[in-house]
Amino acid sequence: MEENNNTHSPNEPEKSKASTRRDFLKNLGLAGVGVATGAAALYSGHIFEAKKEATGESKVLLTQDGRLVSVDSLEIKSHEKTGEDLRESQSREGIPGRRWVMVTDLSRCRNARKCISACQEAHHLRPEQYHMNTLQMQDSPNTAPYNMPKNCQHCDNPPCVAVCPVDATYKRPDGIVLIENDRCIGCRFCMAACPYSARIFNWIEPKDAAKDQGIEYNAELNVPQKLGTISKCLFSADRLREGKLPYCVEACPNSVYYFGDENEDSVTNGTTKETVRLSKLLRDNGGYQLMPELGTKPRVYYLPPKNRLFPFEEAKDATPEKV
Amino acid sequence: MTMDDNKLTFDKITSDLTHHIRINKGFLVWMGFLTVSLVACLYAYSLQLRTGLGVAGIRDYVTWGLYLANFVFFVAASLIGMLISAVLGLAGMKWITPLTRIAETIAVSFAAVAGLVIVSDMGRPERLAYVFIYGRPQSPILWDVTVIITYFALSLLLLYLPMIADMAILHRKGALPSWLKGTYKCLSLNFTDTPAQNRIINRSIRMLLILLVPMALSIHTVTSWLFAVTSRAGWDSSIFGPYFVSGAFVAGSAAVIIAMFFFRKNYKLQDYITDLHFDNMGKVLVTVSLVYLYFNINEFLVPGYKLQRADAIHLTELFSGKDACMFWIVQIGGLVLPILLLFFRPFRKPLPILVISIAVLIAAWFKRYLIVIPTQEHPFLPIQHVPQNFVVYTPTLVETMITIGPFILVLIIITLISKFFPVIPLHETAVEKGVEDV
Repeated sequence: MEENNNTHSPNEPEKSKASTRRDFLKNLGLAGVGVATGAAALYSGHIFEAKKEATGESKVLLTQDGRLVSVDSLEIKSHEKTGEDLRESQSREGIPGRRWVMVTDLSRCRNARKCISACQEAHHLRPEQYHMNTLQMQDSPNTAPYNMPKNCQHCDNPPCVAVCPVDATYKRPDGIVLIENDRCIGCRFCMAACPYSARIFNWIEPKDAAKDQGIEYNAELNVPQKLGTISKCLFSADRLREGKLPYCVEACPNSVYYFGDENEDSVTNGTTKETVRLSKLLRDNGGYQLMPELGTKPRVYYLPPKNRLFPFEEAKDATPEKV
Repeated sequence: MTMDDNKLTFDKITSDLTHHIRINKGFLVWMGFLTVSLVACLYAYSLQLRTGLGVAGIRDYVTWGLYLANFVFFVAASLIGMLISAVLGLAGMKWITPLTRIAETIAVSFAAVAGLVIVSDMGRPERLAYVFIYGRPQSPILWDVTVIITYFALSLLLLYLPMIADMAILHRKGALPSWLKGTYKCLSLNFTDTPAQNRIINRSIRMLLILLVPMALSIHTVTSWLFAVTSRAGWDSSIFGPYFVSGAFVAGSAAVIIAMFFFRKNYKLQDYITDLHFDNMGKVLVTVSLVYLYFNINEFLVPGYKLQRADAIHLTELFSGKDACMFWIVQIGGLVLPILLLFFRPFRKPLPILVISIAVLIAAWFKRYLIVIPTQEHPFLPIQHVPQNFVVYTPTLVETMITIGPFILVLIIITLISKFFPVIPLHETAVEKGVEDV
């Protein structure tokens, strides 16, 4: 700084020349901006006029906040998306206003595995591929064994979504964690991150690969399954969109599952179709979540296996020896 | 020094350090063997490309297998460039001069191939570009991709910059085929050994060395986070970063010692890579091994003391269960025993330290296997109603070949670099010995 001052004072003419040059550049810049703005204004005016000429009619519409406005009819665009765009935005945005939740009553499960077969059929899965699997659990040597249907917990803090490098798995506002298998690169980081072992991978050609050829991918159904990509429980998002209960919930013969909307505080039993208060059901029956200490905030609740309706039997495996 | 320094002339150094630059029978046989092996491994990979990852033994529970363990090993081995050149170099150790290029060659080749190893683990390798198109910065994979590419670029520069002066010498002196001379001329960027040029190169090298330290720490720390960010027993550890970094130095030091031995023998560099270098590298290896041992004790003793439910299952399998045999061989044969032996000078002689280093390097690979695989064999919830091969992971032949392939590729890269460029920095050695080019 000091050096600058020293050099300035003896060279007054030099400085003034420099500042003239600077001023000139500044003016040039201002003029440039002015020309550009003017041109843009003229151009947009021209477009506006062109449009006005094209229709000549205006429509009166009611806005969201209740005002009446007149709008040129050319300006009105359909709000609805169609085809693939619609499906993609729907599967990302979810069903507005809903917070889906599942309650699994362990006292009623006798490992009938009807939920599993309905699910595998709907999602075109092989017999060893489970979105929903019934596990035979025993918490400690002296406690009684029980059957526990286990699906994706649709966590509100999903570790799988956090680690996905390409946004192929995502959390929707209605609570569902979905997969876009057109996007999945098959790195399986989400499988490593999931503490519930809820995710499966298409290691070999999917069961119905030949049959499903040409079908457009539906993320809410996860069909067609694709080789080298992830698959998992979707809370049957396609059924929910139609106002129906998930495949597994509907298929259960033993009224194990309740499914519903947390916002409405109501869940419906898939077998009896009885609708009850979610909060009351959880309160009266000691509802709990799987491994809440991990901070995943699951959307699946369990009711403990007390006063069981069926005796516990060892399960027989029907899966192949090797795949 | 075995040689009387007074007798050294610039021409002698040049011919000693460059006489291996010629295509001989041994080179052709070795490259032929490597190429044939690589083709076999590429065939295995083409099978995987055609039919999917199912050709490997990995399934829904052990979903990361040999490929991931291999990836961790490759990233680990590449870290040695930083330890030798940056840490020891910046600390002012002069004896490392003849080893810097070996270390950088290993760093560059392992870092380059690590990128390919991870692609072989992808279910959809043709969607690799999605990582850049749709990349989410929240995912540690993005961090890993970023730092590995950066580290590779820095290491490549660090291999190249000190070589510019050597290229100029080779172009002028060597009795070599004209196409090779032309390449050297091109690579030498018209270097004429002026003080100004040397100053620029030395400054750039110094800057690279400083940048290399945080970058190298990052690549292996981030790689460890691929595991540590999950809540699984055996991975859920807050010391995984330094645990991996210290382990990487062990593997890398062993790799450098092995490379030193073979270059010295095959390229007749006994006067330049001396017993003193092996002795010093032995000390380096024992030091980093001690640090690694310290982290191992922390990693196993603390959860082993508490034995929380999931940790208890994991540690029981490691200490006395299915993986116990591999675990104890790796820990004792690859860590404790080498430390004890390397305390004694006779074991730091070239041949004994070669044998120890080979044991350490093999153990280092199996150590990565033990870090990656057993954790996945016992998740929080039981594995039921699935085929037996989902429960117990058994690598397949195709998978093993796809795992060996990258090693062959690394050997090819190292062989080519060492065959066409001086293994020992020529210009630097001459300057250090005080003999000038006339």
